[in-house]
Amino acid sequence: MTPILSARGLNKRFGAVVAADHVSIDIVAGEHVSLIGSNGAGKTTFVNMITGYLKPDRGEIFLEGRDVTALGPRQITQLGVARSFQIPQLCAEMSVLDNMLVAAACGDGALSFWRPAHTRDKLDRAAALLERFGLHLHSRRRVAELPGGVRKLLDIAMALTHRPKILLLDEPTSGVSADEKFPMMDTVTAALGSEDVTVLFVEHDMDIVTRYASRVVAFYSGRILADGAPDQVLVDEEVKRYVTGSAH
Amino acid sequence: MKRLLAHPVWAGVAGMALLLALGAALPRWLLFLCTMSAANGIVSLGIVLLMRGGVVSFGQGLVFAGGGYAVALMANKLGVTDALLLTFAGGVVAALMALPFAALLARYRGIFFSMLTLALSMVLYGVLVKTESLGGSDGFNMSRPTILGMRIADAWSGYVLYALAVVVSGVLAILARIYFESARGLVSLAIRENELRVEYLGASTSRVMAANFVIAAFMGGVGGALAIMALGHIEPQFSYWTTSGEFVFVSILAGHYSVFAVFVASFILELVRSFSSAYFPNTWQMVLGIFLLIVIRFLPRGIGSVWVGWQARKEGRS
Repeated sequence: MTPILSARGLNKRFGAVVAADHVSIDIVAGEHVSLIGSNGAGKTTFVNMITGYLKPDRGEIFLEGRDVTALGPRQITQLGVARSFQIPQLCAEMSVLDNMLVAAACGDGALSFWRPAHTRDKLDRAAALLERFGLHLHSRRRVAELPGGVRKLLDIAMALTHRPKILLLDEPTSGVSADEKFPMMDTVTAALGSEDVTVLFVEHDMDIVTRYASRVVAFYSGRILADGAPDQVLVDEEVKRYVTGSAH
Repeated sequence: MKRLLAHPVWAGVAGMALLLALGAALPRWLLFLCTMSAANGIVSLGIVLLMRGGVVSFGQGLVFAGGGYAVALMANKLGVTDALLLTFAGGVVAALMALPFAALLARYRGIFFSMLTLALSMVLYGVLVKTESLGGSDGFNMSRPTILGMRIADAWSGYVLYALAVVVSGVLAILARIYFESARGLVSLAIRENELRVEYLGASTSRVMAANFVIAAFMGGVGGALAIMALGHIEPQFSYWTTSGEFVFVSILAGHYSVFAVFVASFILELVRSFSSAYFPNTWQMVLGIFLLIVIRFLPRGIGSVWVGWQARKEGRS
């Protein structure tokens, strides 16, 4: 099967720190891949290179066979890669609905100087997406007033506005209480249900990984330590020793 | 009727008609004050447009002077006298002046953007002061323009220039309102709040900011053109940092919530300046400063926030 996303020999150093050390990976369309690893293992560096925020020192990234290594975040987003952030990146002084309309406007190609942002069509689309994420009751509220979990969901909803091919979720449950983690991931999974989207998510909670990932990639010191199905990777001795910390 | 006036175009047209009718009854000194308020208000509207994207230009004197000098030179050297044509030409020349710098300035934010714009305006000031063919520090006069091929009689000159200023500022205010409510206008506001997110949603923040800079320059040039036609004289002071500071003063006073508030703020500035310079000739800048401090203390989001807040409360009740 042709991979939708390929990384070939990615290297990235920050001074003496090796954040990516010959990272190569193929992601097939439709997979839900979890990236795991302790802090500093290279997960976020990998996500940042995939989304064009960081340029690798060496190596190449291909999206549907096209070399996107030199492209910036905007061009890569336009090619169908969307992301959410560990700390939700929202417009805090705007309403939830306006944040969705910003997302709708940004993905429409040439920004119109005169066509209103609040057209019926865009309002309906935004409302439908908010409803899928259970956010419709918050649509008129200012983002600054919202709790962390709701902001996380809004961040993901915004990323989904333009039906991306690949969705990268950077620690979608971090900062969310233990009780809310599973309901939140259930909401996200249900919202993604009708989308033909490949998902990569960075996660520290192994229960979340086990339940929601179809494939796990474990990072350690900038390298890929293990790659495979959750029930294989999570019992791997090296993964247990260096990543999950569950080795006896 | 109420629903009709809620539409920005019809509200603007009604406002213009009202002001044109009111102008016929105003004394000459007040007509001049209103004309200058409208001309300066257009420049400040350009700054408000930039403020919505999160940057403030401390150098709009550059385009204000650019538009003004271009118009005066076109009238004196080329014999172009039509006020409408000159007004448009002032805007175009100012936009062309801004164009080479737009891509560079679009990469800067905060104090760096402000200082770079200030530096550009002061470079122009220096050039104008040293250029004898443009009158050096004294500047030069411009003859009275015509309108649609007709000479303007002395008795009507004040009203005609007032009417021109009202119509031009009204049209630009309507266009600005449409722009603020457009997709691009909303994205400008988002850039002010979270530039990283906008880039990751697929929009180019630098292109939006560059376009805003050129539009603001066009407005600055139009304001400069109207001001020179009302004053009949131009000098390098148009480009000096204190002139730019007054435009920023009006923008802060108005806030970025309402287009109409910009012209109200501009009129307030002209009133305070006129009366305080008459009654406190040596300390009128201090009066202005105290006035601004009071506004910042009690209306930190500008006077436009008063009726925007009032409207929001009204919509919340209904």
